[in-house]
Amino acid sequence: MNVTEVGTEARQRWMGLLARAPAARLAELLEVAGAAPVHEWLRMPETGGVMVRGRAGGTGAPFNMGEMTVTRCALRLETGEVGHGYVQGRDKAHAERAALVDALMQGPGAEALRAAVIAPLAEAEAASRRERAAKAAATKVEFFTMVRGED
Amino acid sequence: MRDDALSGGFTDAPVEAARAFRAALEAMARPGSLHEVAGAEAPAPLSTAAAVLLLTLCDGETPLYLAPGHDTQPVRDWIAFHVGAPLVGPGEAMFALGQWDALAPHDAYAIGTAEYPDRSVTLIVEMPELRAEGVRLTGPGIETEAHLALPETAAFQRNAARFPLGWDCYFTCADRLAALPRTTRTEAL
Repeated sequence: MNVTEVGTEARQRWMGLLARAPAARLAELLEVAGAAPVHEWLRMPETGGVMVRGRAGGTGAPFNMGEMTVTRCALRLETGEVGHGYVQGRDKAHAERAALVDALMQGPGAEALRAAVIAPLAEAEAASRRERAAKAAATKVEFFTMVRGED
Repeated sequence: MRDDALSGGFTDAPVEAARAFRAALEAMARPGSLHEVAGAEAPAPLSTAAAVLLLTLCDGETPLYLAPGHDTQPVRDWIAFHVGAPLVGPGEAMFALGQWDALAPHDAYAIGTAEYPDRSVTLIVEMPELRAEGVRLTGPGIETEAHLALPETAAFQRNAARFPLGWDCYFTCADRLAALPRTTRTEAL
């Protein structure tokens, strides 16, 4: 199975999820799923800085927002699937696990892995977002403008 | 040689890149000396030594020119994954890769400016063979004289005459490399 079969958008979704997931939680889920296939390194985990750039309003001139520490790696499974992992920070094991899941998600065991790893992570992320939104909503101040009836 | 764009990089990048950089430095410091390098495998027609030089010297901030013959899709893919260097025309390149004849015209490359003579191109010339015999080399880094089989001498003499401007040259063949900086004087025997 290649990238076009999987779909770029779906792959972006799980790679982003893996990058944002807490390293310890991902390790735990992966251990429970028992997925530790043999793989070879295409790119050993390496840590570096990347410049995060933004555009005001999404359309303005690009500006440099700030630097960010990123660890990346690439690996290939025995069955031929290539996985890439890009994660924030300097946790090389996290990058390796992210790449491993990325590779496995392109293989025949994708559905099982989606249930065992991707779904719980997505759920946890959605829950933490909801909680944060609820906290923010509780402090929201509503402004009303009274009709002054000047006419 | 491999056809696969994703494999063939350094397996232990810090150590292998340091070794390769040392070899590249030694080669440039002692023009005409031959050095063996290892650790990289790139798609044909890229030689091991040229691949090692690319991995060691180039990155996302060094524009690279691929001469006809080396400008193939597998090579481009390999460079995109392992090096990330932007591919440009001969005029803007900081590195140029190809066989000597394919790199012509040799006056099309950046030779630096009077204020910044370092803003010049480094040619990586793929050679069918690399032998320490033939053209006589003299100049800095050579105690008496050295010999190296060059594709021609006129272009190197013109280049040396422009000092402090001019380009520098690496020659690669299989897993061996040699260098010829702009300071070296060349004489055909």
